[in-house]
Amino acid sequence: MEYFVQQLVNGLTLGSIYGMIAIGYTMVYGIIGMINFAHGDIFMLGGFAALIVFLALTSLFAGVPVVIALLVMMIVAMIMASLWNWTIERVAYRPLRGSFRLAPLITAIGMSIALSNFIQVTQGPRNKPIPPMVSSVYNIAGITISLKQILIIVITAVLLSVFWYIVHRTPLGRAQRATEQDRKMAALLGIDVDRTISVTFIMGAALAAVAGTMYLMYYGVVVFTDGFIPGVKAFTAAVLGGIGSLPGAVLGGLLIGLIESLWSAYFTIDYKDVATFSILAIVLIFKPSGILGRPEVEKV
Amino acid sequence: MTALLQVKAVETYYGNIRALAGVDVEVQKGEIVCLIGANGAGKSTLMMTICGSPQARTGQILFEGRDITRMPTHEIARLRIAQSPEGRRIFPRMTVYENLQMGASLDNLKYFNEDVEKMFALFPRLKERQSQRGGTLSGGEQQMLSIARALMARPKLLLLDEPSLGLAPLIVKGIFEAIRKLNETEGLTVFLVEQNAFAALKLSHRAYVMVNGQVTMSGGGRELLANPEVRAAYLEGGRH
Ligand SMILES: Nc1ncnc2c1ncn2[C@@H]1O[C@H](COP(=O)(O)OP(=O)(O)OP(=O)(O)O)[C@@H](O)[C@H]1O
Ligand SMILES: [Mg+2]
Repeated sequence: MEYFVQQLVNGLTLGSIYGMIAIGYTMVYGIIGMINFAHGDIFMLGGFAALIVFLALTSLFAGVPVVIALLVMMIVAMIMASLWNWTIERVAYRPLRGSFRLAPLITAIGMSIALSNFIQVTQGPRNKPIPPMVSSVYNIAGITISLKQILIIVITAVLLSVFWYIVHRTPLGRAQRATEQDRKMAALLGIDVDRTISVTFIMGAALAAVAGTMYLMYYGVVVFTDGFIPGVKAFTAAVLGGIGSLPGAVLGGLLIGLIESLWSAYFTIDYKDVATFSILAIVLIFKPSGILGRPEVEKV
Repeated sequence: MTALLQVKAVETYYGNIRALAGVDVEVQKGEIVCLIGANGAGKSTLMMTICGSPQARTGQILFEGRDITRMPTHEIARLRIAQSPEGRRIFPRMTVYENLQMGASLDNLKYFNEDVEKMFALFPRLKERQSQRGGTLSGGEQQMLSIARALMARPKLLLLDEPSLGLAPLIVKGIFEAIRKLNETEGLTVFLVEQNAFAALKLSHRAYVMVNGQVTMSGGGRELLANPEVRAAYLEGGRH
């Protein structure tokens, strides 16, 4: 039982990271109907930005408090990732809007390769480790929870609440949802659609950057290929939860995190990805639009 | 005095197909002007071209004397040209209330509370349905919402594309009555497209008849109503 709960905690931690990345996929898909394949690399880039800030901080101000370091890492990573994602949308996706559907998809794959190669060239191809930042561990009723895990889960919960609030309760969120549902009508009501789409890319990138920072803190290492596997997992999470649905992305992320850690704990770790994707396949057979995806019932 | 809206020799294309072939239309401040014409004549295209989506390929559109031909749609909207477009275009996964909020986004909801009460008075049906999702409203309810949403923008020019479509005769009467009242009491300028030519011509100060992307006739509403050609084509079941 304790072992099971332990795995649950591990799964939730991993799932939180996937969920935060998945939000970016799902929001962009929702608003312009394209999969931003470069989003995983934006996450990786966030990790690298955090790494560089960490190295700079620790060498310039030895003994800087961890909380401050983490905060600065997160903020700089968010800014860098947002700038990149904004630029990509501006130069590579926007000109293709309204052309045939596969064009932006192919461009997105190109952007993904370009970003990871850029990091490979500028930062080197090897794993970049950092010393453990947060090492406290608590023992609660036989279950070991590290402070890292608590941080990740709490930060995810807070950020998701903020996101939910923005999307459902602010004029910006209303403009985003309107743009998603009928772009032309949104423009007729005075919504600057291009700007709204840009903001969506920025928001998605900011969350991915936080995920990247958390990933670096959790595993203590980042490498230029890290955009790929976590990116694909997060994309899977978005599809599993129902692409276009915010709560779906979080749910999908948590589910995939849980499946992975429980499978690795009770079966063989080699097949954890097979398990994940099998479950995705099974869910999609019975619910083609994902767990919380909307079945199209509206009259339009 | 220059007209509120001037459409001068406008041509609009969909790809290579010319939908508007040199249209001239004027709407004075405080007028109700109606556009009638057969299906496919280009009426909706003119409404959307005024809002810059699609943009006119040639010609000029002036609003309050200012050239808006090449302006992006959202900037045109910010000049207070509001449209209830063809097909109603209600946001399906937003509530009635949120749809109305979207209508008031120009002023950041500054007058929302005041205006929404007016809309609920105008269309009590919307008040009952305010927390229902737009996509699940009946066709007529969507039509009311679409008109109300356009009014929420406090427009200087209200464009209505077939406001009576799909509505019961009694409700149509109500809507036309409401338009007349807004026009008389608040000086609202309205440019509307109507299939229900009889009621629309009676309501309008002036009217245009469009055939194949061109304006072929214009005049006072009641004048056109009495015109035998118009009667034959649009009022007595005939077609062009
Ligand atoms: N998006 C489009 N792409 C191509 N052709 C279009 C498009 N929209 C309209 N058309 C064509 O332009 C012409 C004018 O269409 P429009 O919708 O303006 O007519 P309308 O007068 O509003 O007709 P109705 O009374 O049926 O609403 C039609 O021949 C139509 O087929
Ligand atoms: Mg039409």
